[in-house]
Amino acid sequence: MRHDHLISAKQLSRDDIETVLDRAAAIADDPPTREAVLGLLFFEPSTRTKMSFDASMKRLGGSTVDMGSVETSSVKKGETLADTVRVVEGYADALVLRHPSEGAAKMASEFVDVPLINAGDGAGQHPTQTLLDLYTIRENAGLDDLTVGIMGDLKYGRTVHSLADALTNFAARQHFISPESLRLPRSVRYDLHEAGAQVREHEDLEAILPDLDVLYVTRIQRERFPDENEYREVAGQYRIDGDTLAAAPDDLVVMHPLPRVDEIAPGVDATDRAKYFEQAHNGVPVRMALLDLLLENAGDGGESA
Amino acid sequence: MSDEQELRVSKIRDGTVIDHVPGGQALKVLSILGIDGSGGETVSVAMNVPSDELGRKDIVKVEGRELSQAEVDVVSLIAPAATINIVREYDVVEKNRVVRPDRVTGVLTCPNANCITAGSEPVESAFDVLEDGVRCAYCDTILREGIAEHI
Repeated sequence: MRHDHLISAKQLSRDDIETVLDRAAAIADDPPTREAVLGLLFFEPSTRTKMSFDASMKRLGGSTVDMGSVETSSVKKGETLADTVRVVEGYADALVLRHPSEGAAKMASEFVDVPLINAGDGAGQHPTQTLLDLYTIRENAGLDDLTVGIMGDLKYGRTVHSLADALTNFAARQHFISPESLRLPRSVRYDLHEAGAQVREHEDLEAILPDLDVLYVTRIQRERFPDENEYREVAGQYRIDGDTLAAAPDDLVVMHPLPRVDEIAPGVDATDRAKYFEQAHNGVPVRMALLDLLLENAGDGGESA
Repeated sequence: MSDEQELRVSKIRDGTVIDHVPGGQALKVLSILGIDGSGGETVSVAMNVPSDELGRKDIVKVEGRELSQAEVDVVSLIAPAATINIVREYDVVEKNRVVRPDRVTGVLTCPNANCITAGSEPVESAFDVLEDGVRCAYCDTILREGIAEHI
């Protein structure tokens, strides 16, 4: 891995991504050993991302130190993020950071010498989710000649921003399906345009569904709408069930970064199209591979077996 | 600059004259340059002077201080047509146009209230300069219109 930190999916080339995915694919057969300590700094609630980083470091033979919740930490006393990461850097060989402000990981990385991984910065980026998303897509649909539909909250969805950026490396055709008020932010549209991506935006799924290889569904959050009625009306239009999928290709891959509320009806879970639990499980081998590569590059934390 | 306009503020002996600033933007230019009077420089400002090229233009004169090209390049964000004249002994010894820099630090504030640079972190704002705007180097927010309001 040629990077010191993983801050944004934009920094990843096709080669970088394939290096991580290839190592992830080989990890079950030939698990490397990294007796390193990973610092977990989650300034926002997280279940799966935090647990999967914890599990990944431990499966590599290392251990983790956890800042705990913001409520019980020195952040509550008004410490800056810059100070917190400089302190915790002394306890750990690498850091994982989730923070409610956009740009937090980028700034934090400027204050530390150990590898820092962005596990979500506000409505910004979530690049490790993207790596496991791409791993899941590669396993189920391949990454070449791909048509992907990304639906839901595209404005605030950091998993969406990272995935869209990364897919430009694979010349994927990208369709974005959302209400007008939650369309992709200007900065992401700018990047996709600069990358020469093939992008279309839609307000409903129906017309484009038969063309898709992958449908990536995200949650529309209640707090994005001024009132309950508007939320219910809009969210209801971006929900999928067996009826919705009747028009979809048989080999459509349905994904979701989870947690879901009711964007995907439980009836879809048992179908061959549902890959979101497999996707969540892929978080461990992919994060193991990423930690292994970043620690290898940093030149400490034990030798790879 | 015609003689008539020149007379509105007197010639300076040594220093920097920033000409062809869009009308009404002179105080923003001073703000970008960090000149607020506390440094003791003699500063003259002419605002909304008739101009063939710009219709109305502003002129800023800073005495006793030669501004470097890097310092004044930031001015290009709000005054792309500005010219910088370095004056010594009443003569213009150097005349340059402003050049758009690749990045500006510590000058603009990010329009995204949720950007990490908007809080109390010990970090200067940084913006990459695009063809038609600027972009926060931390949160990626693009700012096109109203750049002057974020100084």
